[in-house]
Amino acid sequence: MLRSHSFYIYLGFKLATALLAVAGAVVLLLALTRFIPGDPATVILGSRATPEAVAILNARMGFDKPLAEQAITFFARLFSGDLGEDVFNGRPVLTLVVTALPNTAALAVSAILLAIVIGVPLALLSANCPGGKGDRLIAFVSVGFISTPSFVVSVFLLLFFAVSLRLFPVLGAGDSGNFADQLWHLVLPSAALALGWIGYVARLLRSSLLEVLGESHIRTLRAYGVSETKILLKYALKPAIIPTIAILGMGFGELLGGAVFAEVIFNRPGLGSLIYDAIRTRNYPLVQGSVFVIVLLYVLTNLAADLLQTFLDPRERSRLTSGSGDGR
Amino acid sequence: MTPSLLSIRNLDVSYPTSRGHARILIGVDLDIARGTSVGLVGESGSGKSTLALALLGLLPENAEIDAQDAMFDSCPDALSPATAQRLRGSDIAMIFQDPMTALNPLFTIGTHLVDIQRRKFPHASQADLWARGERMLVRVGVSDAGNRMRRYPHEFSGGMRQRVVIAMALLVEPKLLIADEPTTALDATIEAQVVDILRDLRSELSAALLVVSHSFGLIAELCDTVIVMYAGTIVETGPVNVVLHDPRHPYAQALLACEIEPLSSIEAAEPLVTIPGTVPDPANRPVGCVFAARCPARHDRCIEPPPLVSQGQGRSFSCWLGVSL
Repeated sequence: MLRSHSFYIYLGFKLATALLAVAGAVVLLLALTRFIPGDPATVILGSRATPEAVAILNARMGFDKPLAEQAITFFARLFSGDLGEDVFNGRPVLTLVVTALPNTAALAVSAILLAIVIGVPLALLSANCPGGKGDRLIAFVSVGFISTPSFVVSVFLLLFFAVSLRLFPVLGAGDSGNFADQLWHLVLPSAALALGWIGYVARLLRSSLLEVLGESHIRTLRAYGVSETKILLKYALKPAIIPTIAILGMGFGELLGGAVFAEVIFNRPGLGSLIYDAIRTRNYPLVQGSVFVIVLLYVLTNLAADLLQTFLDPRERSRLTSGSGDGR
Repeated sequence: MTPSLLSIRNLDVSYPTSRGHARILIGVDLDIARGTSVGLVGESGSGKSTLALALLGLLPENAEIDAQDAMFDSCPDALSPATAQRLRGSDIAMIFQDPMTALNPLFTIGTHLVDIQRRKFPHASQADLWARGERMLVRVGVSDAGNRMRRYPHEFSGGMRQRVVIAMALLVEPKLLIADEPTTALDATIEAQVVDILRDLRSELSAALLVVSHSFGLIAELCDTVIVMYAGTIVETGPVNVVLHDPRHPYAQALLACEIEPLSSIEAAEPLVTIPGTVPDPANRPVGCVFAARCPARHDRCIEPPPLVSQGQGRSFSCWLGVSL
């Protein structure tokens, strides 16, 4: 199937908005140092630093330059793969981020997978018998999951399963290279992060399933005695899952940056704990660099979810592609 | 007399509401002989679609269905949920009102055509069902059927979709084919094409046809007998040519007068005829004749339930006028 111009225009538009969002986030990040009371270099070096030392640090970090110039420098260095340096030990921020990223990515992916694997069946069970006992129980549990903050869940899971029952390891991400051990360490933090998303998926998918089940094309299939299982799992699930994909895309992006609590509580190395430490020690280049990477990933996952949604719907697909418009 | 395919006596359908029982169908008798075609006509709210959906067992779960007798093809109790479920998709098929929404937008025509045959042919191979579907598309006049099977509903025009919907109904070789407003959602030129297809198929098929419509015109084109419904009751029934040329019940007369004659009304510059008033609230029905409040021929006796009057040529209607005549 040939892609038409409209497809490239669509993709270009999506990419342009994504880039604009990233650029906006960078400007905000750089401006952030301006809002901190006093001179950022003084904050970093402490109140007893000599004015010379402060001036040197300001010059090295570019804090003395206007905001626009800082942004241009940031982007210019970005193109050569340079995200700046750690203030304290001079290690490249990019290296630190790239080292931390796989742990966070593993956590986010496993949390989203858990949300799908548990949330989707819960939604199907609910929608199969709306208003029934199962539906009401699932609704109760889902709302409970959604309304419990993940850091509270983290602490409880940690205390109960790891400390009291000793079923799971308490801290860390497991030995590097030992996949089984890493997976074992992933269970509790990803469960803590997934819980709210399980509730979201169950609620959202249930309501879109019920909406689809009330449409006339479903009645057509019922009139032909197509089995209820097939109607639910095939003809209702596919249209109903499309809006859920957007939510999951957003959830995945949010988990990349929002895993802070889980990473800090379970003492896992990752982007969240990296940023947490960087903020605590006023390590601005590291904060800027790692938040930039998170923003980039967030925007990219949303873009991917958007595209996936578009391509699951044949109407959207043929709106964007040529060679299939001869239906009329 | 031809053996009866469907015979329903005294069908009541009602829904519990906060204001009491909403009675949608009251004492409806329906007889369809094999190979014949029956038209069901009435305005919105007359219960004609409820009757059609009841035959398929597709009424909402809170519907209370009660019939003295419901026989379909020597199968008693045809309206019970279990039986209706067994009959639909194998012995009874339905062509739905709006072809634009009757097909799932995310699945190809071929997928639809294969899956709806499963009930009728549980052991056939996927490839066989696909081939049957393709042949049926050709038969209902869809060109390039092999390619069209892999297309999605939105790639079809309204008329083409209605052909697909008709093909679905024919694929299960039903004994009774129900067409619910089969042309209402289509524009005029396509409407004529679809009527032609249905008429052609009628002469080829052995299936009985039940056409539900608010238009006498469509029923005159397709049916042998007509049933005129008002507020959940049958007010007049008989052979199409008899009822259409000389309706006896005031409601049937009024409904026929409302038909839009394509050209005459423009030339004569007559205002369109309407029936004043509305259908009575199903939860709060009048004691006597249900049409009395809107009837131009209303008189003192109309406060009592009207009798059923049979008048030659297979026509019967329920009105006090039949007695005083």
